[in-house]
Amino acid sequence: MRARQLRARDMLRGDLEGEELERHVEEKVVMTSFERMLGWARSNSIFPLTFGLACCAIEAPIAVVGSPRYDLARFGAEALRASPRQADMIILSGRVSVKMAPVVRRLYDQMLEPKWAVSMGACSSSGGMFSNYAVVQGADKFMPIDLHIPGCPPRPEAVLYGFNKLQRKIQGNPDQGWRARYGAAGTEEWARGGPRSAPSAEGDEAYLVARELIGA
Amino acid sequence: MPDAPGLELIRGEIEQDHPGAVVDTSFAQERAVLVVDAAQVLPVLRWLRDSPGQGYRFLSSLHAADYLPAEPRFAVHYELLNRDRVERIGVKALLADPAVGDQGEGPRTDTLARPQAPPGQDPQSDLPQIDSCVSLFPTAEFQEREVFDFFGIVFRGHPDLRRILMPEDYVGWPQRRDFPMGGEPVTFTYNERNYG
Repeated sequence: MRARQLRARDMLRGDLEGEELERHVEEKVVMTSFERMLGWARSNSIFPLTFGLACCAIEAPIAVVGSPRYDLARFGAEALRASPRQADMIILSGRVSVKMAPVVRRLYDQMLEPKWAVSMGACSSSGGMFSNYAVVQGADKFMPIDLHIPGCPPRPEAVLYGFNKLQRKIQGNPDQGWRARYGAAGTEEWARGGPRSAPSAEGDEAYLVARELIGA
Repeated sequence: MPDAPGLELIRGEIEQDHPGAVVDTSFAQERAVLVVDAAQVLPVLRWLRDSPGQGYRFLSSLHAADYLPAEPRFAVHYELLNRDRVERIGVKALLADPAVGDQGEGPRTDTLARPQAPPGQDPQSDLPQIDSCVSLFPTAEFQEREVFDFFGIVFRGHPDLRRILMPEDYVGWPQRRDFPMGGEPVTFTYNERNYG
């Protein structure tokens, strides 16, 4: 330990040379692109908005997932922000009523880019059991949602898993997992041929990366 | 709790002071209810509150119901409580839908199609009306707003009759039985088989 510290100090001073320098660099330095590093930094320091809508909020980062038992701090998201100006991620934890929707949308608009929205639970994803006049049938009707976590309510493990998915998404890895697990490689075309799959350069690129990742 | 004969006694006493105010009584499941003419609901409530020997001074609930196929269609329910004797009595004021009365052809189901004036601007002749009891029971203020919000029943003399739960620009009275359910149909096989 002490020897390594000394080597690092020597390197900073410019005293390290030759084979020793080579070895030090090999051990200590990782080469990557700036975008990857930025994505890595972003995904591991997410500030969720202190925000709850309904019963899912009991398990959202405010209470269970952020508590020591499940410990969202492992993934660098323990710093809850009470102001949308300082938050990166909003978790819609519960049904969004018609009256609440403009408020939620406003909170989302007040957040600074880059920002992510997670729809947690059946109610905010699809209206859930509240198929009536008072509840918005799916929060993606009025704001973009990056991630839907199913469940009523989702287990804390599911929330953590979804959070990890979001981290991977932030890092630019579009792997959704299920293609590899269910042997569905090469079957995505039917979904891409539909009327809503307008071609875009980003979409094509993400598609190719996904194919590559699953070894198709 | 007044029992069935007690309820009839109360009815008789009200009849002496306010003839024709009580239309009917019902006593079911230990629950005493006076069915009251909507135009005279305030005198009856005041009588129940202030008469010596009655003293129903606490309004524990005010709510409405829509009995759509029936006529008159709406009813506003007042649940009164005597906190000394822990006795309850219900008052039910029947209200017809004025939008049906002038047509004379049974209940209409196009509540949404009717133009709805915002409260305060129009006398709202299209909506059923009843006197507000805020002057008797101040706690009725929010409950009357809720009834107005969901059933479109106008309380005359209410200090601030606005929607309370739904957005203020909402159109329609969502708890009426002819109001569409809302939501989205879900293609479960059960729904397909039975309703598809």
